[in-house]
Amino acid sequence: MMTHPFVRALIYLIGLMAFAGLNAAYLVWCERKGAARIQRRIGPCEVGWAGLLQPLADGLKLMTKQLLVPDGVDAALFRLAPVLAMLPGMVSLAVIPFSDTLQAREMELSALLIFAFASVGMLCVLLGGWASGNKFAIISSTRAVSQNLAYEIPMLLTVITIALIVGSLNLRDIAMEQQGNLFHWNLFRLEGWHILTMWISFIIFFICSIAETNRAPFDLAEAESELVAGYMTEYSSMGYGLFMMAEYINIVVGACLTATLFLGGWACPFGLAPGWWWFVLKIYVLIFTIIWVRWTYPRTQIYRLLNLSWKVMIPFSLVNLLITAGLVKFL
Amino acid sequence: MNLPRPQHYEETFVLNLGPQHPATHGVLRIKVTMDGEYVVKAEPVLGYIHRMHEKIAEQGNFAQFMPYTARMDYLHALAFNHGYCLVVERAAGIEVPERAEYIRVITVELNRIASHLLWWAAFLLDLGGFTPLLYAFDDREQILDLLERITGSRLTYCYFRFGGVCTDVDDEFISGTRAFITRLRKRLPTMYHSLVTGNIILIKRIKDIGIISREQCRLYGASGPVARGSGIDFDVRKHEPYSVYPELDFDIPVYPDGDSMARYMVRMDEIEQSLRIIEQALDKLPDGPIIAAKVPKNLKPEAGAFYAAVETARGSLGHRLICDGSKNPYRLKLRSPTFCNLSLYAEVAEGMMIADALAFLGSLDLVIPEIDR
Amino acid sequence: MDARNELHIAITNLFTAPEQCADGESTAVPDTTTLKNLDHARNGADLEHHCLPEQLPAAAGILEGQGLMLESITAVDWIEQQEFEVFYDFIHTDVANYRVVLRCTISRIQAELPSLCSVFPAANWHEREVFDFFGIHFNSHPDLTRILLPEDADFYPLRKDYMP
Repeated sequence: MMTHPFVRALIYLIGLMAFAGLNAAYLVWCERKGAARIQRRIGPCEVGWAGLLQPLADGLKLMTKQLLVPDGVDAALFRLAPVLAMLPGMVSLAVIPFSDTLQAREMELSALLIFAFASVGMLCVLLGGWASGNKFAIISSTRAVSQNLAYEIPMLLTVITIALIVGSLNLRDIAMEQQGNLFHWNLFRLEGWHILTMWISFIIFFICSIAETNRAPFDLAEAESELVAGYMTEYSSMGYGLFMMAEYINIVVGACLTATLFLGGWACPFGLAPGWWWFVLKIYVLIFTIIWVRWTYPRTQIYRLLNLSWKVMIPFSLVNLLITAGLVKFL
Repeated sequence: MNLPRPQHYEETFVLNLGPQHPATHGVLRIKVTMDGEYVVKAEPVLGYIHRMHEKIAEQGNFAQFMPYTARMDYLHALAFNHGYCLVVERAAGIEVPERAEYIRVITVELNRIASHLLWWAAFLLDLGGFTPLLYAFDDREQILDLLERITGSRLTYCYFRFGGVCTDVDDEFISGTRAFITRLRKRLPTMYHSLVTGNIILIKRIKDIGIISREQCRLYGASGPVARGSGIDFDVRKHEPYSVYPELDFDIPVYPDGDSMARYMVRMDEIEQSLRIIEQALDKLPDGPIIAAKVPKNLKPEAGAFYAAVETARGSLGHRLICDGSKNPYRLKLRSPTFCNLSLYAEVAEGMMIADALAFLGSLDLVIPEIDR
Repeated sequence: MDARNELHIAITNLFTAPEQCADGESTAVPDTTTLKNLDHARNGADLEHHCLPEQLPAAAGILEGQGLMLESITAVDWIEQQEFEVFYDFIHTDVANYRVVLRCTISRIQAELPSLCSVFPAANWHEREVFDFFGIHFNSHPDLTRILLPEDADFYPLRKDYMP
């Protein structure tokens, strides 16, 4: 059935916003429930069955609170930053192929687009921290910037290994290339012996995606024992809420990207009935892993984090890139 | 790995950590002059919860000050009970029955474990690990339940009396304590050490961070796990034995490194040693009265100066009591351990990164009401 | 002879023979009668030394040299005699069960003492506390300001004539 491009865009826009909003809301619930289980607690259980209405209650609470704009902040930027923070996640979701038919917009360089917008997300953190005029917030945003700069490099280097194998930066092409069972996925790719090096790429990419989304153990920008709440210190109400939502949407985007690049997109591990359900399953497994990591490990220090990137991850990813290039060339 | 150290400080700014800050666990304020993320100068500012307990002590009679002792170190309140009882008993020449001494040791050591567990939880929270907090609270809750059973309160105990304790322990307390010992012994290696102590991030965060030398410890009067983490074998329980500690077999863990990891390990080992003490004390618990007969309501110790020290979870707590022969203490000075331990902070924290400086602060195990008194 | 007795004799000798002090500044000969052995079990200390304010740094220096640690500084307001008495409690960190007390009496009107900060950095905060509560001035203290009370407090609460 052909629909007018405009109608199509509208449907996808609404769909993506709903997906992003629902995920942001219910990932908070998942996180709280998951954390509770890890910590031998029950977690939210009062509002609705198993606390399922809790995100709604939280949202209402945040919305009814006053957005406090303290004296001495750059009011325009202060208000703009959280709104802008939502943008990159939403845009990135538009190019994610959920299945071979379910993709808002196919682009030749969709993988690059996501990285470009990830940097915009970092800019929002910087804006928020800067506009707050709070020392904790400024330290936090400088941390966030240096952290993001450091981790984008190994992340992109590992994406290049994928691009070498697949020959494209189009996420749909990358996913199509991996159709079939487990051993067609980039992570376990038997063809061309990529299984030998791909796990290095995968680990580097996964660590980088945790660092890029400011999640524990790399959540230095909002390290509450040092910087109170980091760049969100001065935010209240939905300003805070939007930053939180942006964080969760970024996690979803990170998981989507990992699933598409390494885990075969919407392919089934056994080669049966591929479809969006496999994709969604994969991203939630990844998200659960991220939550699990957060509630298990303490936080690292900023200088160790940067050292890890510049002294370990970047050399490793460069060597990995060379080996992959060799494999692609000679096998 | 060598920690980064700045060569020179270019442009500094002042950051106020506290009095309300998540890492200071209370109302401590640290005025930090920073250059970027480096601490140029850290100056603790005290007194936000100062209540002048020493004046309160002078206003009432000896027994009236008893409940206040627990309000200082609310995490190891029984040790403060004990210290105050010890100095007054020393001044008034009161003999404590043996059963009461054993009960005192059992409860104080249980309280010490609770305090160390809470420190462990809060320290991990400082380092960004939230989950251990709830594991530790799970165990601490057991102790609080046990202590609540016999003392009637869960945090700010007023359980000791001059010449003994106020209520006897019952069989349920004894069997509960034994069960708790078994439980914690099982959980320590698995939930505490495998999950947290061996964690590479934790080791990287606290190993070689905040090194205090032996000499620094002595010159600053540091005591407790801080001193023992720097290789000083100084524990009042062994050093100036009081109560029935000489009759019990236990070790004083000492680590020579002086870093946060050493202080961490001292406390973790102390939990095990406290379990040993409790186990032996329960075995040896004699029958008899729990309070000395004929302790007058209004004590009137002879004039003189007396000093008594006890080991709290944070170090050596001293009470300097000056009596003038009246029914009120003429002067009671509390030498609180963290007051001295914290005075090290400014010197050691200099040149650290802010994250390490706060991890170091956590490793000192501060209880602010005890510093401010 | 155990370490404790050795230490006791060494400190006693040093106190009574000031010419052996590391710094030759202390010329005033301490009165040996002010040195008193105490019963540890009764008073919680072993040696008590009543010294003059100007002897304090030298006495503290001796104790520092013997490896003692400053535990606390306390003052007492003897209002009837119009005097302050300051107690310095020392403990040895390695030799078990050994405590020394330095006692120093000063006039209530001109309450001044030399600071021990140069000998024991620990004295810094303790002296600030004594200053805070009693208004005793410690000369050559690097930063003699209020420590526990608010900086604008204009009273010394532990003086016996202070009524809230």
